[in-house]
Amino acid sequence: MADQHRQAAVVEFDHVTKRYDAPTGRDKGKPTPGAVNDLSMKVPAGKICILVGPSGCGKTTTMKMINRIIEPTSGTIRLQGEDVTGSPPDELRRRIGYVIQQVGLFPHLTIADNVATVPRLLRWDGSRTRARVDEMLDLVGMDPSIYRGRYPKELSGGQRQRVGVARALAADPPVMLMDEPFGAVDPIAREKLQNEFLRLQEDIGKTIVFVTHDIDEAIKMGDRIAVLRTGGKLAQYASPAELLMYPADEFVEDFVGADRALKRLALQRVRDIDLWTAATVRSGEPVAEARRKIAEADIDIPLVVDDHGRPQGWLSERGLAGERVRPELRSRAEPLVELDDVLRDALADLIESEVHYSPVVDPDGCLAGVLSLEVISQSLHVPPERARTSTELVEPAGDDAVSAEIEPA
Amino acid sequence: MNAVAGTPPFAANAFVEAIEFLITPRESVTGGVQVGGVDEMLTLTANHMLLSAAAIAIACLVALPLGLWLGHVGKGEFLAISASNVGRAVPTLALIAFFIAFLGLGFLNVLAALTLLAIPPILTNTYVGVRGVDRDAVDAARGMGMTEPQIVRRVELPLSLRSVFGGVQLSAISVVATAILGPLASVETLGTPIVSVNVYGQAGLLGASILVAALAILINALLGVAQRALTPRGLKAGRSEAPGILRRIPFLQRQGSAQPT
Repeated sequence: MADQHRQAAVVEFDHVTKRYDAPTGRDKGKPTPGAVNDLSMKVPAGKICILVGPSGCGKTTTMKMINRIIEPTSGTIRLQGEDVTGSPPDELRRRIGYVIQQVGLFPHLTIADNVATVPRLLRWDGSRTRARVDEMLDLVGMDPSIYRGRYPKELSGGQRQRVGVARALAADPPVMLMDEPFGAVDPIAREKLQNEFLRLQEDIGKTIVFVTHDIDEAIKMGDRIAVLRTGGKLAQYASPAELLMYPADEFVEDFVGADRALKRLALQRVRDIDLWTAATVRSGEPVAEARRKIAEADIDIPLVVDDHGRPQGWLSERGLAGERVRPELRSRAEPLVELDDVLRDALADLIESEVHYSPVVDPDGCLAGVLSLEVISQSLHVPPERARTSTELVEPAGDDAVSAEIEPA
Repeated sequence: MNAVAGTPPFAANAFVEAIEFLITPRESVTGGVQVGGVDEMLTLTANHMLLSAAAIAIACLVALPLGLWLGHVGKGEFLAISASNVGRAVPTLALIAFFIAFLGLGFLNVLAALTLLAIPPILTNTYVGVRGVDRDAVDAARGMGMTEPQIVRRVELPLSLRSVFGGVQLSAISVVATAILGPLASVETLGTPIVSVNVYGQAGLLGASILVAALAILINALLGVAQRALTPRGLKAGRSEAPGILRRIPFLQRQGSAQPT
């Protein structure tokens, strides 16, 4: 990875409008599909911004106005402060990565030639291009020595999509546009590609504008989500958590779905919430001592741990009958939840094992706390005074161009 | 086999005579001049090929850029598609007669008529080929910053090469076959023994016909080889291309979508 500069640019929309001829005849009066209405927003450098909304809401139009495949009717789009209309479209596009749903690899060129497209348009010399192609194929997890000379038709759908990403990244553009990039692959491959892409993004840190109609994909992939409504109006621009917790209006609430509380479980990890404490006892320790610890803990039942602090099981009442604790377990310490599990998976474990709480362990296997259904439901609690206020989060593209985070008001 | 042991039947006899005509000169039917034989046939063939090649070359120069451009901008479908129908409907013989008024008799006249014959298949196939190129590849090319001429040259032309070559092949066969009309505007071609059958005799007619047919087949085969050699490897191999080919023919598509629902 010789020249991974991690360069990224801020993308700003300043009162951008795209009008198409109004529908006539039967559809007269309906909103024009693809139109965009006075859109102002700012995508911070190095973040993934998801454009999401029902079909015809203008999300693809919005994305294509960035690289001038579509020209806005009015308003300005700026890339790192520079108006995109300032340079010829083809020169602009060579600085912007572009990935589309059907990938659009050139079937008559080898994988290497496909990836080399933009470097060649930029007239890089041969050896630099070749080195870059290999580097890019490595980056997306495809062995260059195997795939360099192959043709697109010899690859699977997922592999083609990877090559598409490698091709888009080849000239190290500060911005990438992705139009439903994982829409055409099967759900299993999609999940895999999404995870790979998120890992890749940690390395490359590009500014990414990503179009999808799938709210789950948006929540999973996005640092910022822009929800557009029919007619091309920005309904809400917020982080996934804010979007789920404080939908700006009924449209967004409907769009994110009735299960938005459950979706939030996918955004939080066990380590993010306040866990219960449990009394930990070891075999052979004085019962009086154990009873004192039980009184201080959040739950009445003590957890037997081994010498390393690894949970063994829940102690039964008989274990406390004598002078010393005897290791008589009422049940084993199952399921074991890990600190890095997302809450959704942890909750699924609890429900599957038909228990109300279970021990949480850190990466070394030592007890870190106890996760209970009650703790989870508390973590979902939304303070009522903060709901329905997040329209303020839509800050117009303005002077403080590089503010990375948009905080709730 | 056993029936022809003594004298060969008429057809075989005529065929043998025709071949003899191509090889050895003989006195003409009208008398006084030597006709046929390798030398005259070579000269006529050379003339024939020169005329045909010129017509096809000019047709390519006109129809290829026009077809690529119309296909690229997606306009003029009516022109491009109906060109082949009109081209087939207007007989070359009529064109030669028509051009006598403007170009007189001679090489230019026949060249113009043959060029007009050659243009439609190349134009139509180029247009259809370009329109049939995967739109996603074109969108991706544009999105990555290729200029419009670069898109035509690097993406649309290589991907429509197969269809373009089909058009050239079709044109070449028609032109080679139709160039026998040359003598009607006093251009000596392999049509001379056919048109002037009263001088060259039946053997000359048949011999020249055989030669023209052989030339057409040979050129078709050569262009086929050239096409395969020029087709990028990434487009070959996948033999079961039927849906792809169907997708490339616009009128089939329209028929498909016009089915009652």
